[in-house]
Amino acid sequence: MAREYETVIGLEVHVELATKTKIFCGCSTEFGGEPNTHTCPVCTGMPGSLPVLNKQVVEYAMAVGLAANCQINQYCKFDRKNYFYPDNPQNYQISQLYLPICHDGWLEIETGDGKKKVRIHEIHMEEDAGKLIHDEWEDCSLVDYNRSGVPLIEIVSEPDMRSAEEVIAYLEQLRMIAQYVGASDCKLQEGSMRADVNLSVREKGSDTFGTRTEMKNLNSFKAIARAIEGEQARQIDLLEEGKAVMQETRRWDDARGESYPMRSKEDAQDYRYFPDPDLPPVVISDEWMEQIRESLPELQPEKQARYEKEFSLPAYDASILTGTKKLADLFEATVALGSKPKKVSNWLMVETLRLLKEHGQEPEQIRFSPEHLAGLIAMTEDGSINSTVAKEVFEKVFEEDIDPEAYVTEHGLKTVNDAGALEEVVKKVLESNPKVVEEYRGGKEKVLGFLVGQVMKEMKGKANPAMAGELLKKLILE
Amino acid sequence: MASRITDETIEYVGILAKLKLSGEEKEQAREDMQKMLNYIDKLEELDTTGVEPMSHVFPIHNVFREDVVTNGDDRENLLSNAPEQRDGQYQVPKTVE
Repeated sequence: MAREYETVIGLEVHVELATKTKIFCGCSTEFGGEPNTHTCPVCTGMPGSLPVLNKQVVEYAMAVGLAANCQINQYCKFDRKNYFYPDNPQNYQISQLYLPICHDGWLEIETGDGKKKVRIHEIHMEEDAGKLIHDEWEDCSLVDYNRSGVPLIEIVSEPDMRSAEEVIAYLEQLRMIAQYVGASDCKLQEGSMRADVNLSVREKGSDTFGTRTEMKNLNSFKAIARAIEGEQARQIDLLEEGKAVMQETRRWDDARGESYPMRSKEDAQDYRYFPDPDLPPVVISDEWMEQIRESLPELQPEKQARYEKEFSLPAYDASILTGTKKLADLFEATVALGSKPKKVSNWLMVETLRLLKEHGQEPEQIRFSPEHLAGLIAMTEDGSINSTVAKEVFEKVFEEDIDPEAYVTEHGLKTVNDAGALEEVVKKVLESNPKVVEEYRGGKEKVLGFLVGQVMKEMKGKANPAMAGELLKKLILE
Repeated sequence: MASRITDETIEYVGILAKLKLSGEEKEQAREDMQKMLNYIDKLEELDTTGVEPMSHVFPIHNVFREDVVTNGDDRENLLSNAPEQRDGQYQVPKTVE
């Protein structure tokens, strides 16, 4: 009988914090600047420079920790993690090993078998490294230290997840929390949220862990899911062949759909952590902690409950809308402009999600403003455009954030509600389709749709189809 | 007495520190490290029952900066420290095969 396996997964998630400046110096954290223009002696590791902690980093880390049900270490400090690599000009990364700011939290995820808690081991603050560009042709690498010293929190889970679906659900929860408290935008594609996956397999029913591997280089939920499927298959194959899984770090190559070992064995991983003497400890008073707790915004579960109650939205719709901060903010802002909640929800749930999927984008990448969505909804409500035109205009709003009213006027897309103009066209359509008219008179009511279509075509889609249908019926039966 | 610093230890620490040591230097390092360990042994003789581990030498905490950009572009100045540079970046030996 074939053996059954269980996959055990723990995650280390790095989230870049949304501060204006770096963790230990007053350099900008803005993404996409010219190489090395956001650097100073501190973040390039110049001898004699002194790091000074950004208070906002502590507050964001605490906010995420509290929202993720963590305990706060009211006495925490920084340690040096030593390693030599050009992305790290100090030859050590300032991180927290002994007393991380948050510990022992949990997040609740939805799984196929109901709700499940994923425990969080700890959350610590640390600095990001610089970026290396490897020259394909010449024997050198180029280093850009703009990212060096950008604040990160690393959220370390317990090995509580059992499938790719659970991992994605956990990451979505985590992203939602970080976005809701304003600690990070969590854009996977820009690297402001990155996940390392620790995975092992064991025979089902066993209570000891198998040997785990760590996979890096995962920058989309899809890549993470594929990497998990790939790695669990690889490990099961090894065990089935009677071979052992090696404890190692592997890099997932999403294009090739396989992973390969990242570091050679001679490359010793021994970080020789020790307390950073340049940074005095952080003492978090009860008052400070309470102040952060009280400033936490409405989080997703409360928001979803409120949407269901206040806007009478179905639970599913409310969960999708509140699932990312971007959608929730857009929804609320559009409703605040006077649009009916149900209509706003429909445009976001149906057309917006469809277009996002088509463009392969995440909700965070939505560019259109609530004003333009509200404008579009207003035009559909007062009948100045029909639903076909509305969908067409919405695509423009989605893609270019155009002003829908100006666009409709400019392109002459307004529904013709002028009964005289409509009657003329209807008569013309009836005259040129005598056979169809006969069929309708003979009881074949379905053909009305064809006639309405002809009228719409004749009027370049600007007719009000309901009005056209009524008028057609009236004139045929006269 | 702490365990003697072996040749393997020197070899390993050398790899971690990315240092190539001559035979003579290795011997010197071995002696120095042994002295350090002996000193730690001496410290171990102290009775530290009830003493909190110290994480910082000065009795200060919570030294913070506000989250305000204070640094501008000082690239040219900073890059002038680099042995080699190209396109506004630090040029280093290739780090991947």
